[in-house]
Amino acid sequence: MAVNYGSKRIVVGAHYGLRDWLSQRVTAALMAVFTALLVAQVLLTKGPIGYDRWAGIFAAQWMKVLTFVVIIALLYHVWVGVRDIWMDYIKSVSARLLLQIVSIVWLVGCTGWAIQVLWRL
Amino acid sequence: MTELETSTIAKRPEFRNINAFKDLPGYRLPLAGVVSILHRISGALMFVLLPFIIWMFDASVSSEISYRRFLNVFEQGFGVFPGWMLKLVALALIWAFLHHLIAGLRHLWMDINHAVSKEFGRNSAAVTLGLSVALTLLLGAKLFGAY
Repeated sequence: MAVNYGSKRIVVGAHYGLRDWLSQRVTAALMAVFTALLVAQVLLTKGPIGYDRWAGIFAAQWMKVLTFVVIIALLYHVWVGVRDIWMDYIKSVSARLLLQIVSIVWLVGCTGWAIQVLWRL
Repeated sequence: MTELETSTIAKRPEFRNINAFKDLPGYRLPLAGVVSILHRISGALMFVLLPFIIWMFDASVSSEISYRRFLNVFEQGFGVFPGWMLKLVALALIWAFLHHLIAGLRHLWMDINHAVSKEFGRNSAAVTLGLSVALTLLLGAKLFGAY
């Protein structure tokens, strides 16, 4: 394989090391904990869940902060995963760069929207 | 030694630079491989449908009125999309989330416990597929009003 590190690094490659692999797992664990806490709150609610109960779950300050952290974790987790997909299947550097830019715009836009929804509760 | 190996072990087909149409239909993917590719497909699906997911979050928590609109969309439909079709999309997202979550927990378990035997790979893959499909059916029945 051709040299792809040092000054010959691929511009649309990943970080050559453990960091992304580890951060994808740490963010995954965070989201799993969040899922468990959310499901627990839904299941422990007595009676049918209407708007008040559902919105009430996210209105608590600790849940708001946790949800905020999870949204940021999701952003990074998805970025690593989607970039892996482009790196595996898209060989052309220009096409890959375009898709990576589109992915970042898509993800940052979605993250902003999600935080806006959360923060005006 | 090399001669002995080639004479006693049956020659296996080699797959290099596989062609999606010529090679994939006959390719026997192990169960762990099925979980792996579905992990990627479910992740990509959730990535593409992110705006729909955030819209559901937005509509369901923002106000009483938006909450009713959220419920209404799945009954009356939205634009050209009938309600049942949107429920199917939601169900696809439910499956994608469950599969991605369970397959991810399987990965974490393997990383922490160095559980990399062939048996564990196969058995945990079967559990992942079974559990995610079972939970999807359970929640799908709820979504479509079976109970």
